[in-house]
Amino acid sequence: MKKSLKARNNDIANTQRQIEILSNGIFKNGELPTFAEKINETKQFPLRPKKLEVLQINLGYMCNQVCEHCHVDAGPDRKEIMTKETMMQCLEVIKKTAAHTLDLTGGAPEMNPDFRWFVEEASKVGIKDFIVRSNLTIIQANKKYQDLPDFFKKHKVHVVSSMPHYTKGKTDKQRGDGVFDKSIAALKSLNEVGYGMPNSDLKLDLVYNPSGAFLPGNQNALEHDFKKALKEDFGIDFHNLFAITNLPISRFLDYLIASENYEDYMTALVDAYNPAAVQNVMCTNTISVSWDGWLYDCDFNQMLNLKVASKVQHISAYNEELLQNRNIIINQHCYGCTAGAGSSCQGVVA
Amino acid sequence: MSKNYYDAADLRKFGKITEWSEELGTKFFDYYGKVFEDGALSAREKSLIALAVAHTEQCPYCIDAYTKDGLQKGITKEEMMEAIHVGAAIKSGATLVHGVQMMNVVNKLEM
Repeated sequence: MKKSLKARNNDIANTQRQIEILSNGIFKNGELPTFAEKINETKQFPLRPKKLEVLQINLGYMCNQVCEHCHVDAGPDRKEIMTKETMMQCLEVIKKTAAHTLDLTGGAPEMNPDFRWFVEEASKVGIKDFIVRSNLTIIQANKKYQDLPDFFKKHKVHVVSSMPHYTKGKTDKQRGDGVFDKSIAALKSLNEVGYGMPNSDLKLDLVYNPSGAFLPGNQNALEHDFKKALKEDFGIDFHNLFAITNLPISRFLDYLIASENYEDYMTALVDAYNPAAVQNVMCTNTISVSWDGWLYDCDFNQMLNLKVASKVQHISAYNEELLQNRNIIINQHCYGCTAGAGSSCQGVVA
Repeated sequence: MSKNYYDAADLRKFGKITEWSEELGTKFFDYYGKVFEDGALSAREKSLIALAVAHTEQCPYCIDAYTKDGLQKGITKEEMMEAIHVGAAIKSGATLVHGVQMMNVVNKLEM
């Protein structure tokens, strides 16, 4: 299995290097406008938070997969894992937050040894929408994970899973050999306990990322194609498909540069810029918490180590009122969230 | 001016044709946009037709545009290649069917 950029000591694993790349070149020489310049055309700079709706917590960068496009640079060799102490600090925040959605992500969040304890505790708080982002193959990776569908059901977790395509070829190319077959088996096991079935309260949504240097197409059309193909070929049901644009950071940035697609991809993002998407980008309603408790405007800023521009930067000192009074940190990667119909962890935004 | 007849960067400038003939350019792009919307045929099916025609017309801009469009729509490379074969089959068929004309002439003239 391939190693993470960090384990390979790849230049791009350095977040400062990524920011340099995004800040220079075609954006420095005036060929393309910076994101700040672009949103200022419609007087949307500086970007400010709206009502907090989503608390997204990253339980660690460890993962059983090493996906080509991963913005987390996750993999089995990543040892950054949230401790129980930080989880307890998160629980205190979950009890008090105005956010209606709790979103657990990773890596594979299930690989955190305290994952189940945390889900049990967090589910007692009664938050409206409790999401776990599962890569599906983890359910098939080891016997100890095979009861996850029942565990999710018991705690009424909303499962959101990555599925880049309904064909084996495209899926395995992006996520690794054998991922498609394991994902199909995992989806079937989720369907068996009621997830994703029509009229079921057990929500099962899929996330689609393009498997290359191109933007996602129309979300509704893709959802239609996925539903038809997965039902006809495998008898699988799911609820919604979220089409998410790959942001030019971390492993996807490395791919763009290595394949000489970087400039064309950034140009495509800028050309597809939609000012109407700006007001609904996820950083305006989300706080992202890293495995070690630092706070960020979104998961992407977390991976670039761009902490919130606030006096409060750590979960141990969390203060929602103070956090709401901040400017959101932006750079050229933000074009990924405003292209076309926009993009967020919940799919399109415009 | 570019030393090449075709420049990939020119595709981004396509919309500029409207600047020198606003009414016709606008009408064209309105029509073009409408054609590719979901209708009796899905936008996905139309994209594959466009890709096949792009090849038979041998338009590099169109090939670039509709390959990317296909990828965005989740169309697989196998589907794209089959669509191109449809175009190729019609092109070669159109050539070969004229063979009947040749045969007609030969049959008329030869003793």
